[in-house]
Amino acid sequence: MTGTAHLSPRRVAWIRRRRGAARMWAQYRTSTPGMIGLGILVFFVAMALAAPLLSDSEGLVASNTVQNPAWASPGEFGPMGTDHLGRSVAAQFVWGARVSLFVGLVATFLTMIIGSVVGITAGFFGGKVESVLMRLTEWFLVIPFLPLAVVLAAILGPSVRNIILVIAVTSWPSTARIIRAQVLSVKERLYVDRSRALGAGNWHLTSRHILPNVAPLILANTTLTVPVVILTETTLAFLGLGDPDRSSWGRTLEEAFSNGAVLGQSAWWYYLPAGLGIVAVVLAFTLCGQALEEIVNPRLRDKTS
Amino acid sequence: MSWRFVGLKVLGALATLLFVIIFNFFLFRVVENDPVGTLVRGRNLTEEQQQRLAEDFGVDQPLPEQFRRYIVETAQLNLGISFETREPVWDVIKGKIWPTVFLVGTAAVLSAVIGTIIGIFAAWRRGSATDFVGTGSTMLLYSMPDFWLGLLLLVLLADTFALFPTSGITDPGSDATGLSSLLDQAHHMFLPGLTLMLAYLGEYAIIMRSSLLETMGEDYLVLARAKGLRDTLVRRRHAVPNALLPLVTLIAINFGFVLSGAIAVEAIYSWPGLGLATANAIRAPDLPMLQGLFLVFSAAVILANLFADLLYAYLDPRVRDRA
Repeated sequence: MTGTAHLSPRRVAWIRRRRGAARMWAQYRTSTPGMIGLGILVFFVAMALAAPLLSDSEGLVASNTVQNPAWASPGEFGPMGTDHLGRSVAAQFVWGARVSLFVGLVATFLTMIIGSVVGITAGFFGGKVESVLMRLTEWFLVIPFLPLAVVLAAILGPSVRNIILVIAVTSWPSTARIIRAQVLSVKERLYVDRSRALGAGNWHLTSRHILPNVAPLILANTTLTVPVVILTETTLAFLGLGDPDRSSWGRTLEEAFSNGAVLGQSAWWYYLPAGLGIVAVVLAFTLCGQALEEIVNPRLRDKTS
Repeated sequence: MSWRFVGLKVLGALATLLFVIIFNFFLFRVVENDPVGTLVRGRNLTEEQQQRLAEDFGVDQPLPEQFRRYIVETAQLNLGISFETREPVWDVIKGKIWPTVFLVGTAAVLSAVIGTIIGIFAAWRRGSATDFVGTGSTMLLYSMPDFWLGLLLLVLLADTFALFPTSGITDPGSDATGLSSLLDQAHHMFLPGLTLMLAYLGEYAIIMRSSLLETMGEDYLVLARAKGLRDTLVRRRHAVPNALLPLVTLIAINFGFVLSGAIAVEAIYSWPGLGLATANAIRAPDLPMLQGLFLVFSAAVILANLFADLLYAYLDPRVRDRA
């Protein structure tokens, strides 16, 4: 620490932030459920990233698989059997993970941006801006989330881009509320007043003082939003609103159900893997999110252990 | 609770309803620049037919005139005409409310009761095997897409063991009345009901558990113990009633979602309610029907929220006095 005096303020802030992150990681590592969740996530993300190496995406196109047997069980064909068109279920699982995770992460990211901007703006500026934004948030909270997503997706048409947009537009309000509450407490702290007295503008205050202080909360909230987003995508896809060209796990389930894999064919190898994948990923994100929440909100720590 | 408080809450709910009605209009007309195009997507229609369709659905008028008509008609519960069946949307919806309320309502009540009890035991024996099993299984249920859980139950109980019917609300061709008709409906309801109950259970158990754990740290519980009260008495009289407060809001709000909560589950069991109607309207696509359903779903949530606010104020003096 002796060298601090020679460093620029930016560098000092950087070092502090890095230390803060290291402290957070050290705390996180002590949480067994958190580490289990992280392990599962690393596995699925690695699988999704390696999809082109694991299986050829040509195998997802029905015209390339006419020579394969349809409804073949895992023993008869490939590692996980085939579907009604003779496509490999294993390939669908690997490529479906890619779409499900992509939609889950990107839609959550957008949700967080909208929610954080609304929450920070409302909390920091107060007054009329706050009452208008919070009224809007309340209204969006009241509109039933899934029907709105369903209606929007039906109007916009099925594509990965639209699904992401629809989920982001419908799921930001609860984030905005949580962030605003935290901003209200952060902005009363002394260092914010001090910075303002030194002549800092609104942009400097929000980006340098408020945002870094709500960032851990945003991170925890993000991790807990991903499961909701993935389940929403799954339901939308199951209702036939998924992208027909890029199948997610939800769409695999839809195809399995509508082609009689469940009742007619008893093709358990078709509808089980995608469902189990969703459960594993959703559970993993929840475990990680709860571990992060305990770090951010120490009041929870002795409670949930 | 003063009349002023009630009046303000009712006014707020009406304002929200108005917002939803206006939002609904723009959702279906402005998001898509070409309403006729949306109506006829995936259909082969001649110019003339398209023109007549536009007139039928009023989309040939200028926007302000459409808006005026829409508001007047909505106020009269005229929600337009279904594209699929050509029946008035409200008539179709009206007939499907009861099956959904019967199914989802039953599941909601059962899950609230059972979930709360699981939460109480998990919190009271924190760290025990009961807690581990209870919390673990509710977390697992919470992570499942509800319809996938439904598919598993369908395969296991309706297909493999053939204990329950796979679809519908009554046996086909059944002309039973009275009690036997109700029993027939209950038999059909068991699987979708069980699915929804298990799917909702987790939320109640998790929230009840954390709420009770928070309450257990309060001073008055320590005092109650210090007075020498038995454990069960402390739990029943002192801890649980206070810990139930946050759950009241959750239950009331979830009841608002009774109408809209079972879209995918109703679809897999072909349960003839609002959810199945939504799933069918998506596939058609039948936009007037979707619009009407969306409005009814939103109105139900607004009503439940109003009820939750009033109930909460009635139960918690701190909220009531602040208002």
